Amino acid sequence: MRILKDLFEDYRFSVSFSILGILLILAILSLFSPYDPTLWGTVPRDLKPSWTYLLGTNSKGQDIFWQATFAIRNSLVIAVIAASLSRVIAVLVGMVAGYKGGKTGTVLMFLSDVFLVIPLFLIIVMLAMLVREKMTLVTLGLLLAVFGWAWDARVIRSQILSLRERGFTQTAILSGTGTVRLVLNEYMPFATPLIFSTLINNMAWVVGLEITLAFLGLVNMEIPTLGTMLQWAISYQAILLGYWWWILTPIILSILLFVALYWLSVSISEYLDPRTRIQRVGT
Amino acid sequence: MAFIKGYLIPRLIQYILVIFLGLTAVFIIPRLTPTDPVNRTITQLRSMGSYLDPASMNAFIEDLNELYGLEGSTLEQYGAFWKRLFKGDFGVSYFQFPTPVNQLIKTAIPWTLGMLLMTTVLSWILGNIIGGLAGYFSRSQWSRIIDTFTMIIRPIPYYIFAFALLLLLAYVIPIFPVSGGTGIGRQFALNLPYILDVLRHAFLPALSLVLIGSAVWFQTMKLVVQNVNAEDFVQYAKFGGIRERRIASKYVIRNAMLPQITSLALSIGQIFSGALITEIVFSYPGLGMLLYNAIITGDYNLIMGITALSIVGITTAILILDLLYPLFDPRVRYI
Repeated sequence: MRILKDLFEDYRFSVSFSILGILLILAILSLFSPYDPTLWGTVPRDLKPSWTYLLGTNSKGQDIFWQATFAIRNSLVIAVIAASLSRVIAVLVGMVAGYKGGKTGTVLMFLSDVFLVIPLFLIIVMLAMLVREKMTLVTLGLLLAVFGWAWDARVIRSQILSLRERGFTQTAILSGTGTVRLVLNEYMPFATPLIFSTLINNMAWVVGLEITLAFLGLVNMEIPTLGTMLQWAISYQAILLGYWWWILTPIILSILLFVALYWLSVSISEYLDPRTRIQRVGT
Repeated sequence: MAFIKGYLIPRLIQYILVIFLGLTAVFIIPRLTPTDPVNRTITQLRSMGSYLDPASMNAFIEDLNELYGLEGSTLEQYGAFWKRLFKGDFGVSYFQFPTPVNQLIKTAIPWTLGMLLMTTVLSWILGNIIGGLAGYFSRSQWSRIIDTFTMIIRPIPYYIFAFALLLLLAYVIPIFPVSGGTGIGRQFALNLPYILDVLRHAFLPALSLVLIGSAVWFQTMKLVVQNVNAEDFVQYAKFGGIRERRIASKYVIRNAMLPQITSLALSIGQIFSGALITEIVFSYPGLGMLLYNAIITGDYNLIMGITALSIVGITTAILILDLLYPLFDPRVRYI
């Protein structure tokens, strides 16, 4: 509780927390939508925002407000699937490479180097081209999870490396604690906040990549996400025709989401690193 | 000698291994699907409405098989793949049949390379200088204002930011051209109007890359400077009565720049993919636009060519930065 109170003193934390809260409520609202998001022509087309249609309607005859609630929900679902799965990989690789080290560690770190150096985006595009007809929320999440772990595995590894040198590791080993228990009981409490902050960053990365892939036409355009929503607006020339409410909705929503995730991760990691915390309070 | 053995050779081995793995992935990925790329191409050509009589169709299929390197066992195909890579031959493009992929890439590269070099260098310098000053004078009003500004634009992906800029500067305040690399139908010429036209068209994509890029450098630089600021030698310089401005530029920022060079090497790949997408938003005629057309038309040869080339290009750029590092940091001589 104290931690939460401290965190809320940082305006960035409270702002991002509120934005994420609102986006989450919007996502939950999609469960009560009066329209099926995949159907066309459920409402009159190209209407400006009004009290009946809060954010107007698009050229496909869909209510943009309700479409947006589905888009946020699906984008968040992909982000959560991809980010939590890639966390599992990152934690495993980071812990093994950090704790065991040796040949395994070198090989694992080389692998993560390869992932960092190669333009992964193009590899993802190549893979997405192969499965684009069968792309669902889950396949997209899986695809992005395979590629999102390399940097964070390094971060976790260096944390474990420093924990390994601490006195309590020796105490635990000498008193007969097994490796698995040592890692789970002694190291995890230290690593959890760090893993959480990498999770948030990774979610932002996933949402961004989903938008990029949608823009390239590499996802299933019938599933409303922030990316496909924007892509439909672009392909119907919403800019030229002046339907600003259609194109601005996904842009503003995604900017809000990115800023909120970033501020959340910055305020948490600054809180975790006492040096910057002192600097912030000091100035 | 020690430098060569202790640093250069392991680094070169790593470089070659990374390229080898990356290009092997480029070879494997298209072979992961059960659908035959040749069949797919044929159906695509048919659906576009072109009719071929059976005899010429067979000849065409054989051509394709050879082009895609689908003759013989997987291992033989793999050998053929490397042979073609060393010759720098990526086959023929389908989106502009029968232009070789090589030629398409060759015309696109100067645009991307120019844009990438210019924006990366510019944003690195801008972000580091402003970030350094803001870190040194972190108590001042302007430093905080810039900090908040970068906090907002930094997390926005290039692509979304480019779109916001496009909406703002091309429609609300129309001063810059929305798309293309030059005006329509303009021929290449080395004269002032042509260069000005190129620059004017490059402005919007470059602006979105530079703004976000410098926001990233600004933030890390500000943090690093705040840490260097607390070091003893800076305190000593202050007590010694050296002027603030001199301390900031010669003592603090110079030291803080060093880790930024390493970060630059690490983020080149990301900057590159961001630039590709930004190009597409503004229909800028570089590699990104080429990639987009390749995806839309399902031109796998072209995508493979672009990917293979980017892997080699980016790993080489990182290698060069790594090897140049001792020039910037006299403490590291890789002894």
